[in-house]
Amino acid sequence: MSAPARPALSRRGLLAGGALVVAFSLGGRALGQDGKLPGNLARSPLLDSWIRVDANGRITVLTGKAELGQGLRTALIQIAADELGVAASAVELITADTARTPDEGLTAGSRSLQDSGTAILNAAANVRVLLAETAAWRWSIEPEQVEMRDGAAHAPDGQTLSYGELAAASSLHVMARPDVPRRKERTLIGHDLPRIDIPAKVNGGPAYLQDLRTPGMLHARVVRGPSDGTRLKEADIAAVSDMEGVIEVVREGAFLAVVASSEWRAIKAMQRLQEVGWQRAGNPLADTDIRQAIRNLPVAEQMPIFDYPGPPAPDDGKVVNATYTRPCLMHGSIGPSCAVALWEDDGLTVWTHSQGVYPLRKALSELLRLPLEKVRCIHVEGSGCYGHNGADDVAADAALVARAVPNQPVRLQWMREQEHGWEPMGSAMTVELQATLDKEGRIAGWQHDVWSGGHNARPTSAGGLLAGLEVDPPFPRQRLRPLPMPEGGGARNGNPIYALPNARGTFHFVEPAPVRVSALRGLGAQMNVFAIESFMDELARAAGADPVAFRLDHLHDDRARQVIEMTTDRFGWSKRGTGGNGRGAGFAFARYKNLAAYCAVALEVAIERDSGRIEIPRVTAVVDSGEAVNPDGIRNQIEGGIVQSLSWTIHEAVTFDSAHRLSFDWSAYPITRFTDLPGRIDVHVIDRPRQPFLGTGEASQGPASAALANAVADALGQRLRDMPLSPERVKAAWES
Amino acid sequence: MIGLTVNGVAYQLEAEPDTPLLYVLRNDIGLNGAKFGCGLGQCGACTVLLDDKPVYACLLPIGALQGRKVRTLEGLGKDGKPGPLSQAFEAEQAAQCGYCIAGMIVRAQALLEANNRPTEAELRAHMAPNLCRCGTHMRILRAIRRAAVAMGGGVQNVAEQKP
Repeated sequence: MSAPARPALSRRGLLAGGALVVAFSLGGRALGQDGKLPGNLARSPLLDSWIRVDANGRITVLTGKAELGQGLRTALIQIAADELGVAASAVELITADTARTPDEGLTAGSRSLQDSGTAILNAAANVRVLLAETAAWRWSIEPEQVEMRDGAAHAPDGQTLSYGELAAASSLHVMARPDVPRRKERTLIGHDLPRIDIPAKVNGGPAYLQDLRTPGMLHARVVRGPSDGTRLKEADIAAVSDMEGVIEVVREGAFLAVVASSEWRAIKAMQRLQEVGWQRAGNPLADTDIRQAIRNLPVAEQMPIFDYPGPPAPDDGKVVNATYTRPCLMHGSIGPSCAVALWEDDGLTVWTHSQGVYPLRKALSELLRLPLEKVRCIHVEGSGCYGHNGADDVAADAALVARAVPNQPVRLQWMREQEHGWEPMGSAMTVELQATLDKEGRIAGWQHDVWSGGHNARPTSAGGLLAGLEVDPPFPRQRLRPLPMPEGGGARNGNPIYALPNARGTFHFVEPAPVRVSALRGLGAQMNVFAIESFMDELARAAGADPVAFRLDHLHDDRARQVIEMTTDRFGWSKRGTGGNGRGAGFAFARYKNLAAYCAVALEVAIERDSGRIEIPRVTAVVDSGEAVNPDGIRNQIEGGIVQSLSWTIHEAVTFDSAHRLSFDWSAYPITRFTDLPGRIDVHVIDRPRQPFLGTGEASQGPASAALANAVADALGQRLRDMPLSPERVKAAWES
Repeated sequence: MIGLTVNGVAYQLEAEPDTPLLYVLRNDIGLNGAKFGCGLGQCGACTVLLDDKPVYACLLPIGALQGRKVRTLEGLGKDGKPGPLSQAFEAEQAAQCGYCIAGMIVRAQALLEANNRPTEAELRAHMAPNLCRCGTHMRILRAIRRAAVAMGGGVQNVAEQKP
């Protein structure tokens, strides 16, 4: 097919080897435990689903995960090259593409290294051993005598066979084995390999889907009301049909888009079509504070989050209560969502920055009433997404347009106002906590209640796409479901890591929410950690204890304790000043989902009395991500998570009137700027060689948010429990 | 036809005069650096230099630019080598998704060309119009400080040292 060229990826063909299947026997320390294949190798157990070596020794690694700017490509190449015993430059990586790569579901939940990295590590160990076996068979020696390094097998007598020669005599179309040992030394894992995607990004290379351009490509814009919950009035299509450069106005039911010969002409036609005005679709919003709305709406489902046994709390204990809230938050990708689509031979190819090419393919095949195999979704990196933004919706928009102008690639990008207006937000949430302290000041009872809209509206059907609700007839709206623990959605991290007796939690799931919500980085974890870690400080205060010592008194997990102790040591917690008069220090800790990375944050604040503005002179963080594949990549993720969540916590709230979202651009939805930044952020990585990879991308947001709230409470002697901790709220608290 | 010099090359452009410079740079000239972020002059992803001053390419109609000189990220290097800021951003690994980075580099270029010894406060104030959503700001600042040194100056009164 005459597809547009894809930036940064070659399209050269892939080879499997010959037909000889070599059995191998091994000893030594195994990767897999209990005979189970680790990571997503269990889902796709054939080695050549993950790794192919051609007769020239060129190595191709395939992953169903996607680069989102988190450094995934570099980390996976490090893992594969390290375990294969080759240079990083010898490995080409193919990411999420429904025609080529394994189905690994979504690139989400900080799971990529756990799922895909672990699979590739084990697949690479299998391939290395399999090739070593082939070499041993050729040389009639024992496999243990073969040394695999620098892309070749080495015999004790100095003979060598290249991986290409060995691959030509082997087949990688075999099942992976779970008990293959890793190489003894680490050559790339644990090192700060520079990111392979950064040179193009800093030099103006074609680095993004938004940069994909091909001769004959048409430009399209979708035309909608200003936000979720609105619709355009009857559009005047005749008014744009004659505009210069307009090629087609695509209308299917309430779906409306315009295609033009140039991008600017498409935008002008879109603006002309929008002039007709809009109206609310459905009932007005009864409550424009969505956290209040969610608290007032009927609960669709009530689910236990956790239940830690223990004797009832003593009657004479001290009872402490607190309620914490968060407004709706936006992903706010800097680049509005974009897709390129081509309809050809009664089938569709979409270049997309969706986090889930396979689920998107299913939703698109339903929308277009095409068999699955007629739809191909290819991931190309876009602007950072931080969860479910407009990526899937814009892919559907582009697909409908492409079908109307077959055989011509169509590029459709949302406008800023469309991204702000229509992206599915992170849900508003409320957490109520109650605890009882016994006479010794220890926690003797704990109740956690969290109310939230859904955190997973990712499309798995046409009714999960905006366009699917607009076409005629519309598809039934995809319902949101609560995500089960231990990962959870709104309940994520609602189960405290602390060893608490007599402790319970309940998730109150509100569906449908009054506004469009879905997965934002960390789902409910940021709110639950904000609440729990704020509350731990409140309890420590009630118990007259140091907040860090109080936590350690309730914590048995050794790795958690090490992270906390290293943080307080590096920060100088014991030498901090007495809080008050606008100056304070705060600490918080969590293990993401209680099964991924451990992260602690300590920070200092200095509040301006006149403005209520929070200055943050310094931040210290420590993270334990298990085996640290690329420590600098981990630091980058933690630094970024801290800055982003401080922005959420201080600056951000989506606002509404009864008809629609009011946060339609960056002036109406301010985020952090360079002048708001901490003076410095120091991140320390604890590397644990040979331990499982622990997801890191969402580890710091909860601790950073809570550490800030704790520092502000220390500085003011007053607790702020509602996000954002805006200058107005801080100033009011100081003055009261 | 509108005559415009971009990165030292003279172009005669046929685009309608109300077309914002950004679309001409990306779609007619084929440059990738300047990005569409908002079309509103609010985020800085499209920042280019117009006669050495940072401007929002998403807002500037091409009809107003007859005879003017524009520089983009792609025009900041010399003799086929990336400019000092691009090199410094790579050395500091100052990107996550990187969508904002071209605009960051161009805005920083304007500062360091005018004053390669800014204070840290001046640096942060100068960069304030540009938004980054990944939270890469601390690395961006480190990269600009490194470039300032490479350009014969250095940022003054820096609170942050490398850990």
